[in-house]
Amino acid sequence: MSQDYEIVIGLEVHVELSTASKIFCGCPTTFGAEPNTQVCPVCLGLPGTLPVLNQQVLTFAIRAALACNCQIAQHTKFDRKNYFYPDLPKAYQISQYDMPLAEHGSISIDTTQGEKSIGITRVHLEEDAGKLVHQSQGGQIGTAASSLADYNRTGVPLIEIVSEPDLRSADEAYAYLTALKEILLYTKVSDCNMEEGSLRCDANISVRPRGQEALGTKAELKNMNSFKNIRDAIEYEAKRQIRVLEEGGKVEQETRLWDADKGTSHSMRSKEEAHDYRYFPEPDLPVVYLSEKMIADQQQQLPEMPQARRHRFQKEYGLSEYDAGVCTMSPAMAEYFEDAAKKAVSAKVSAKTVCNWITVELQGKLKADGKEISNSPIASGQMAELTRLIERGKISGKMGKDVFADMYVTGKDPEVIVQEKGLSQISNSDEILKMVAAIIAANPNPVAEYKSGKTQTIGFLVGQVMKASQGQANPKLVNQILRDCLDKNI
Amino acid sequence: MPEITDKTVEKIARLANLQLAPDESGRFSEQLEKILGYMHKLNQLDTTNVPQTAQARQGRNIWRADVVVPGLEREAVLAEAPDVQDYGFRVPRIIE
Amino acid sequence: MRELSAKQIHEKIIAKEITATAVCEAALQRIHSTDSQVKAFLAVDEQGALAAAKAVDRKLAKNEPVGPLAGVPIALKDNLCTKGFPTTCASKILAGWKPPYQATVVERVRAADAVPVGKVNMDEFAMGSSCENSAFFPSNNPWNQECVSGGSSGGSAVAVASGMVPLALGSDTGGSIRQPASLCGIVGIKPTYGRVSRYGLIAYASSLDQIGPLAQSVEDAAMLLQVIAGCDQKDSTCTDMAVPNYTEQMQSGIKGLTIGLPQEYFSEGLDPEVKAAVEQAKQVLQDAGARLVEVTLPHTEYSLATYYLIATAEASSNLARYDGVQYGLRAEADNLIAMYKATRAQGFGAEVKRRIMLGTYALSAGYYDAYYKKALQVRTLIQRDFTEAFNKCDIILTPTSPTVAFRRGEKTEDPLAMYLSDIYTISANLTGLPGISIPCGFNSEGLPIGLQLIGKVFDEQMLLRTAQTYQSHTDWHTKRPILA
Repeated sequence: MSQDYEIVIGLEVHVELSTASKIFCGCPTTFGAEPNTQVCPVCLGLPGTLPVLNQQVLTFAIRAALACNCQIAQHTKFDRKNYFYPDLPKAYQISQYDMPLAEHGSISIDTTQGEKSIGITRVHLEEDAGKLVHQSQGGQIGTAASSLADYNRTGVPLIEIVSEPDLRSADEAYAYLTALKEILLYTKVSDCNMEEGSLRCDANISVRPRGQEALGTKAELKNMNSFKNIRDAIEYEAKRQIRVLEEGGKVEQETRLWDADKGTSHSMRSKEEAHDYRYFPEPDLPVVYLSEKMIADQQQQLPEMPQARRHRFQKEYGLSEYDAGVCTMSPAMAEYFEDAAKKAVSAKVSAKTVCNWITVELQGKLKADGKEISNSPIASGQMAELTRLIERGKISGKMGKDVFADMYVTGKDPEVIVQEKGLSQISNSDEILKMVAAIIAANPNPVAEYKSGKTQTIGFLVGQVMKASQGQANPKLVNQILRDCLDKNI
Repeated sequence: MPEITDKTVEKIARLANLQLAPDESGRFSEQLEKILGYMHKLNQLDTTNVPQTAQARQGRNIWRADVVVPGLEREAVLAEAPDVQDYGFRVPRIIE
Repeated sequence: MRELSAKQIHEKIIAKEITATAVCEAALQRIHSTDSQVKAFLAVDEQGALAAAKAVDRKLAKNEPVGPLAGVPIALKDNLCTKGFPTTCASKILAGWKPPYQATVVERVRAADAVPVGKVNMDEFAMGSSCENSAFFPSNNPWNQECVSGGSSGGSAVAVASGMVPLALGSDTGGSIRQPASLCGIVGIKPTYGRVSRYGLIAYASSLDQIGPLAQSVEDAAMLLQVIAGCDQKDSTCTDMAVPNYTEQMQSGIKGLTIGLPQEYFSEGLDPEVKAAVEQAKQVLQDAGARLVEVTLPHTEYSLATYYLIATAEASSNLARYDGVQYGLRAEADNLIAMYKATRAQGFGAEVKRRIMLGTYALSAGYYDAYYKKALQVRTLIQRDFTEAFNKCDIILTPTSPTVAFRRGEKTEDPLAMYLSDIYTISANLTGLPGISIPCGFNSEGLPIGLQLIGKVFDEQMLLRTAQTYQSHTDWHTKRPILA
């Protein structure tokens, strides 16, 4: 029975860093160029060429590792990982083996049981491989008569972030990836775009009878290209392993490929024995010495991390957990909200209201248009201003929606729109009193009904006043004055 | 003394992707055994706690700035390729 | 022309006594008439050489400034990438390959207005000590054409020794400049690791490889070193330390200099005639004012094993890229692995395969600690030996090679015996220290003998000063082989 088993998961996440040039040469890293147009002798691994480390790669990697609470090594070195494959022009990958850039980190994830800390074993640097296009229907390698190598991606900088086997369910793995992605976006080291391969994940999964300390034999899962895939693949794999054990079998140590279309995985059976990568120190790159200043500089550059920011937003701006989550979804979103909230608070408007307008109206519209908050046609200050106009009663909430729609199209300030359209709300009591008197005089029957106790008739009368004012009267004030008049006349 | 069997030679040749002719295989195992036997003299030395020197010298950090530099024209990239299709380097079928 | 040094040629060209074109034509003529006997050249770049020479003459005609090697013909070892001109490493796997880029040293000699006349022979991928491992043909020793040139920079040494060019560039991983220089009776320098950029040098063993000059005299070698030395943004193992003026203090003598004599380099295995010549050289230097002291390098007997483990391990990785995908030889096969295996089987020679096998073995799971890691530790011990020794002396003097040039075929069946000819040169590579070989006599058969000096790190100046002092007291370097 499944509940007798515990699932143990560790994740290896590869992240492309957002540098302009490659890790060891000056070729651009932009995605989607024509095959073999972003290459040079160095990334092609031509005989005689040598790598020279891109300093920005170090900077980004240190920042990411610090954001994962890692200890940064004082000195770190590169190693060669040797294997033959046509996407690897030197037949070795420059990576890091026994002296990684950073170790001993952790990140905190939110689970149904509350916060949980997940250990980060290491963060290391390496170069990406090229791309192979397999010449067959559906691009399957197994049936392809030949394959075509494109080296544009060769040498794009990567960091590999390896977690401890601290994750206990597919949902926790999902939460870990979400948290990690947030951190990487927040630190601006990667765009984490899974479709373009900027973020890739392999999972090590094993199961063990609950209470047992020793880890079970693990399988490595590859080829999952979305967070959902990863969750599905882990669930499938855990079930598969449990079934194997329950049937009295043994879990094989192997690499398995996830097939998202079929929702199953299959073993990548290699005829040869396990890979022997023959790691050894890369002689072409000197040991890297990281100064305290370099690390401190990155520590300073570190923005507030998403979880900390979420908690602060709840405390400081009175947001619900849900709203705080939405407002910190991306660094751009968090910055947008906080900017608007600060302006609103200084105008004595509740941040909560601003949050509602941003998360409901603005987010809704952006989503429908497939736009990011960073491309919002409405500036954060304008959102704060719109909220102020509504809270001050200058315009009604309903008017607010119209003004918002106009702002979204024209980008104009809300006050300008209100003026141009003559939308400002009538909040002048004398004026409203005149209108109310006229409506009472013109509607003797509803007035009589009200007075006889059918108080719900007030709704009709308010509607009449609003209609007479062409919607510009402040409905709250209308309601209040109407009641006063009707009640006074008793 | 290390014993270099034909099987060892076969395994190493596979890792290095070298196809050895039958006579080569036998000759190599003999020669490698002799050479490695000579290398074995290093074991006379106690190297406990001796650090490893992988590079002749250790200098200062030499890095490059993150600046894009033009690479090769595609024509030059593919000029020496034995087999090209759709601007890619073509390789025969890959058996996993 | 053959009697002129690089320096003299350059001076005459600048003084417009002769044209660069005439010098170039004479060199090409000499190559045509002589090379069939010694086989130094793999490819002669007649057109390119004449174009470069004419460019120098044009500059001079217009009174424009010219570089420090203006008009001097130079031969390039065929593991230095020359843009658009075949670079083969004397291997079938790279036969016909034209690099799309220029090695830094080639750029520098061109910028200095030297005239590269072609690419010269070597042991395949610089693996060998006799040039017999060239996939194309061995080069012959100009002093006795039945003998080897030494290697791996055999073609470079032969081209200079037979007077076809006054200068050549070679590379030295375990003695590959100094040993052929010694066997051919010329000067060869392996600079400190990191003194010269390796960008564009096709790697054999990256932590040991270094490019250096070969020439008839110390002065010419210094001129070439001056041009190629110095920081390069394309090689992060290359130092950014300033390059001193090498010729400046060369004549200032060696009074008060302490020369260390490591006893381990004068023991068994050393040919008595070589030993006698080196003993004599010691005397010359002592007479010139140097003090001789005994030093000890106790781990010398382990250096060869250490060297071959490290060099082959790195080579096994460096040479993995020759897989038939992007350039060079491809053997047709039905699937990828079969293509890899057939390409590499056909493309590499026996010694290259042997070293790839050895290096792969030393790095493979289960053997790494016993072989590769052990070698890296012994490398540390060897470095400590030299640090100790240099506390007692300024420079170390040894024979360059235990023997003079041997007969072709003599050692090809016994790899280990061949490896032993590097016994005195490899320590400088393991430690990164600079070394020079200069002619110091001939044996009874008239074959040249070489003297090696090893200096402190980045102290090429002291090497040059000592070598120059020696040459000013002897005339070995002025002897020329007689070729038809």
